[in-house]
Amino acid sequence: MKLFNHNPDFKMDVLREVGNIGAGHAATALSRLLDKPVDMAVPTVSFVPFESIADRVGGPEEVVVAVFLRVDGDAPGNMFFLMSRLQAKLLLQGLAGFEPAGDGGYSELELSALCEIGNILAGSYLSSLADLTGLAMSPSVPSVAVDMAGAILSYGLLQFGTMGDDALLIDTTFLRGRQEAEGHFYFIPDPESFEKIFVSLGVPLE
Amino acid sequence: MTDGNFVKVGMADLNVAAEGAVLKTTGLGSCVGLTLFDPQRQVAGMAHIMLPSSDIAREGQLNIAKYADTAIPELLNRVVQLGADRKRLVAKLAGGAQMFAFAGGSDSLRIGPRNVESVKRELDKWAIPVMSEDTGGNYGRTIEFDSRSGVLTVRSVQYGVKEI
Repeated sequence: MKLFNHNPDFKMDVLREVGNIGAGHAATALSRLLDKPVDMAVPTVSFVPFESIADRVGGPEEVVVAVFLRVDGDAPGNMFFLMSRLQAKLLLQGLAGFEPAGDGGYSELELSALCEIGNILAGSYLSSLADLTGLAMSPSVPSVAVDMAGAILSYGLLQFGTMGDDALLIDTTFLRGRQEAEGHFYFIPDPESFEKIFVSLGVPLE
Repeated sequence: MTDGNFVKVGMADLNVAAEGAVLKTTGLGSCVGLTLFDPQRQVAGMAHIMLPSSDIAREGQLNIAKYADTAIPELLNRVVQLGADRKRLVAKLAGGAQMFAFAGGSDSLRIGPRNVESVKRELDKWAIPVMSEDTGGNYGRTIEFDSRSGVLTVRSVQYGVKEI
């Protein structure tokens, strides 16, 4: 992307901080929901080739649980809350004492609860970004899928698809305790949104 | 990339195979996996198509494997170069799902069905018949195409393995 030709390291740092603030609020929300500490790793911000977008969650064929939200407003984009199937079950158990179904499937109620968790987390992520930037950003109605990571994540790449073969991804890992991953929060702003984010934060474009 | 007898096709990528090699692409969501096959020469090609038309492309260097209207002529050329007869070519397709459903979803969210329509329109233009397809739905697919038998194996989390 041309926007990143000038001073790319600084711009990446700004986006990392954006991710840090957003995910920090989301982690706090999750911690309140579960009534236990939730840690997070420093967000990684990078251009990821489409081909390897699913590598961090176990590869394109790995079955994951994903809540997807479209971000509407001044700086639109795509947002995913991704978990392994085990993590999703633990989350449901921790939240509302859902007993795991023996077949590894999910009831309507469980899927709906996951959607709502995604909604709350994305809401706190975005409202903190909106406060920071003064841009209007609101999540769409969330949608949940249990499927191959490649099939799910490629859906968030379409806006970048017309621009090239990689996407700029802000990835934050949530941690249960100190090591075990709880889930991933992916924020993929549309290519046009970066300029707006930078301008709103007073980052010089040139 | 060749892995044993497998020829991998990445996202927005295409490749060809013969002599019993198996073409494979993983994690098709709204993308469409298209195969072309000459049963007599046992030559096959596969494309992992991401978007319906290159009209919307804004990239400097166009990745022709990404768009239905540019990937199909290229795949056609490649299988013919490998010895396929254009008149005998038959197509199979899989994917084009709508992974997430939204009430009143915008056009970009209908990308799966639009990819399928666009691929079929392009095949029609080249007079290549579609032998079978496993498209639509709301789930991801991984596909493998056997360049000897011409069988397309479709795997999904919900419905297991299916041959078309």
